[in-house]
Amino acid sequence: MSSQVHGAQKFDSAKRAETVFSEEAMKTAQTIISRYPEGKQKSALLPILHLAQAEFGGWLSPETMDYVASILKIRPVEVFEVASFYTMYNLKPMGKCVLEVCQTSSCWLNGAEDIVKYIEKKLNIKVGETTKDGMFSLKVAECLGSCGTAPMLQCGASYHENLTYEKVDAILETYKNEGRLRSYTDLDYKNTL
Amino acid sequence: MGRKLLIHNDKVPGINTYEVYRAHGGYASVEKALKTMQPDQVTDEVKKSGLRGRGGAGFPTGMKWSFLAKPEGVPRYLVCNADESEPGTFKDRYLMEKIPHALIEGMITSSFALGAKTSYIYIRGEYFYVARIVEAAIAEAYAAGWLGKNILGTDFSHDCYVQVGGGAYICGEETALLESLEGKRGNPRIKPPFPAVAGLWGCPTVVNNVETIAAVVPIVNMGGEEYAKIGVGKSTGTKLISASGHINKPGVYEIELGITVEEFIYSEEYCGGIRNGKKLKAVVAGGSSVPILPTELILKTAKGEPRLMTYESLSDGGFLTGTMLGSGGFIAMDEDTSIVKNLFTFSRFYHHESCGQCSPCREGTGWMEKILKKFLDGTANESDVDLLWDIQSKIEGKTICPLGEAAAWPVAAAIRHFKHEFIEIAQKKKFVDISHYDRLNKIRA
Repeated sequence: MSSQVHGAQKFDSAKRAETVFSEEAMKTAQTIISRYPEGKQKSALLPILHLAQAEFGGWLSPETMDYVASILKIRPVEVFEVASFYTMYNLKPMGKCVLEVCQTSSCWLNGAEDIVKYIEKKLNIKVGETTKDGMFSLKVAECLGSCGTAPMLQCGASYHENLTYEKVDAILETYKNEGRLRSYTDLDYKNTL
Repeated sequence: MGRKLLIHNDKVPGINTYEVYRAHGGYASVEKALKTMQPDQVTDEVKKSGLRGRGGAGFPTGMKWSFLAKPEGVPRYLVCNADESEPGTFKDRYLMEKIPHALIEGMITSSFALGAKTSYIYIRGEYFYVARIVEAAIAEAYAAGWLGKNILGTDFSHDCYVQVGGGAYICGEETALLESLEGKRGNPRIKPPFPAVAGLWGCPTVVNNVETIAAVVPIVNMGGEEYAKIGVGKSTGTKLISASGHINKPGVYEIELGITVEEFIYSEEYCGGIRNGKKLKAVVAGGSSVPILPTELILKTAKGEPRLMTYESLSDGGFLTGTMLGSGGFIAMDEDTSIVKNLFTFSRFYHHESCGQCSPCREGTGWMEKILKKFLDGTANESDVDLLWDIQSKIEGKTICPLGEAAAWPVAAAIRHFKHEFIEIAQKKKFVDISHYDRLNKIRA
């Protein structure tokens, strides 16, 4: 396995050995797997990838994907082909808070482009980049189902809607002060309307 | 005030909890179905109701249910499509967030009709917090005995689970959704076989939209015939409309099918008119895939009759002068909106979301986005309009799933009704975005 390459990321056997779910995460993983009939445990792949991404630093390393494959008793390539298809899985390291600004029609009609420009200026990064301190990454997203409360951005599990520049300031400030990784699986979503 | 059957209680404090939902008559349809009806009788009521799939295709639900194969000893599944991703659509999110038990009640009653012992609610991954709300409601329903073994002391047992997606519009297509639910890439399957014969893990499966399943609750409670009395012709019942864009009151509205488009846009009960006293320029009436219509054609049909919010009236005139009700994603644009730029956001979306299986869609969506970008950059020629038209016409009907059509139709309609805007940009070699972002600008001032 040591020569296995996922995208640009090299597989590291030593890191793989350290990649193990916490007891609590393992329990959650088992609960997810139990939702499907025997032998159909592959169905649990998408939810378990979300869990793994949250557990292992906000992205899916080759070692993490290999570990998930071992839990579900499937081949690593089956994990990679799924992880690389869906937009919510990060195949490279990201900032602790990934800001995803919706840019489709209704959000555009309500100023999403200005929100993107504002964040770019404020954080001194472009779309697709991460701040030097590793705190924020900026992405654009396609329709997130918040058209009636546009413009909006998603960060982890939280939907921040009816955005204004002041709201963006407040969101960035809060997240920076907390300083922790924000994941889709977070229970403490901080939706703002 | 029109009748409301789905979100009439959305403002009741605590309606997201089991106790309050039950106190307002919740789970009556399960009691009625399990204690007084046979499964086929429930399907008959749904047939009589005339309910049509609320996800966008508008296929009669009762008929879809009756196609379900029932071989001995093979499990059947009900799968709820909560992968709401059609730009302009956010009604399912609203329903699940505000009244999660309405969906769960519908899942149980529908599963009883279909003989499904297990059901899955596939929620788009971005709605993770909504999945938490639905999961909490499912736990309450188990605790109260509405899910699990021998519900209400009958021999009907049922388990319901939530599955989150990974972020892919294509998983709203039912066979792509099933692939995703099986832990694979969301590549649509070639049909036949249809899911009713070979769906989840090869077993007979019905896939229905959130709103469709929630509508089964009032249908069983009031009876299919009563339900069918609401609406016009083959557009029966109520429909959730997601209203957004340049209107005074964006949000989710439940309408009786059959009100006029004009009433929906301008009355205080619904959208409350166009913001800042501006004039309406165009409307995308049923989610990004359906043809955009200019004001004169959305308010009145080509024959000069008032356009109604029904499947038939919105599609009156075909694609030449009509559109579709689709998912009910209603986007209104004011006079300052650039149709070309709005179309660019749609084409960028479809290019991003194409699964890549079929070349006409994989390549065509990319070409359309690139050509539209030329218009925004001011480098497009007049001949690029014909090129765009040519490309879209070569995608439609040539792909496994309808994403190809969904990508082609908005391009065709924008050129059909607003060709002059494309020509003007090409002639001036300059694109000026005059769209005003009033909310943000107000804050700037």
